[in-house]
Amino acid sequence: MLKTLCQKMFGRSLWVYHANSGGCNGCDIEVLNVLTPYYDVERFGIKLVGSPRHADVMLCQGPAMRATAQALKRAYEAMPAPKLVFAIGSCACGGGVWFDSYSVLGPVEKIIPVNYYIPGCPPRPEAIIYGVAVALGLVDKKTATVQFKELELPIPRYHPQDLHGEGELVVYEKAEKV
Amino acid sequence: MSILSKLGETAICLKAGRVTLPYPAQAQPVPEKFRGRPIFDASKCIGCAGCANNCPAREILVFDVCQEIRILKYLGRRCTYCGRCADVCPEKAITMSQEFENGTNRIGDIGQRLELFMSTCQRCGRCFQEPSVLEQLKMKGYRFDDLQNERWIFRSQARLEGDALVDDVEIEVD
Repeated sequence: MLKTLCQKMFGRSLWVYHANSGGCNGCDIEVLNVLTPYYDVERFGIKLVGSPRHADVMLCQGPAMRATAQALKRAYEAMPAPKLVFAIGSCACGGGVWFDSYSVLGPVEKIIPVNYYIPGCPPRPEAIIYGVAVALGLVDKKTATVQFKELELPIPRYHPQDLHGEGELVVYEKAEKV
Repeated sequence: MSILSKLGETAICLKAGRVTLPYPAQAQPVPEKFRGRPIFDASKCIGCAGCANNCPAREILVFDVCQEIRILKYLGRRCTYCGRCADVCPEKAITMSQEFENGTNRIGDIGQRLELFMSTCQRCGRCFQEPSVLEQLKMKGYRFDDLQNERWIFRSQARLEGDALVDDVEIEVD
């Protein structure tokens, strides 16, 4: 549903606003690298604007900090209505390495709703373009949750009902099959 | 003269060609030592939780749901891809892959979850657990070292009892 909404609303071009709420500038440099002629994102119509009032997409870098959380929320509320938020980097996705320190509140989704996540510390410029391309519906996402479950236990589990006494000996039947 | 210089500049521009990488259509190979997403191999993992102890972002969590099953969760949200889990793994069950295209709309897509079977005592079929944390640290196996007296022999304590390490410092060993 989000994908069809994206293609309908953002059919022509995305104007991005670049909001850093207290990161280390690593992700900033990668985002600016995306805008250079080498990784030219103006092919997709993506343009950097200076004000959130002109923007369709907010690129968040850095965790939600105690000092900048209110400013981030006000910048989000200033954007016009069909709006997307990208969390770029480990800090914006999950709070970063200093997630439990005093001035860090946590991931940006504690303050504003996030639509797309691009993890990495910092993500490569290709990874950022890939995340934007996933949002635009150009490519499919590659990640999926991996679960591993052992269906049959290699050793039978201990059950007290399998114990029975033979005279003075206590025999555990299943243990003999191991 | 100026026209000639402009023509010269045009020739230079034509020779330069196109620099833009047509990225989503044509990918460029990543550098060899690039560390991407860590991949957990459940067949090699022994559940020692060394990765969980060494993770600087505390993104690998370990739960013991019952005696035999240990659940290892990698959430991956704030993973910085430092590779310390892969370094510390004794069985080389964690490899840093070169996958970096992890953009997604669900944060749970990055996670991995392993349910591991922890081996049990070969006599009784149960997992063994010592009552206190100190005794768990001292635990060597389920068998007594000194079978006749039914007691443990700690070699490190025997070494400390003999002579002090430094002359003027007395180390008390109970």
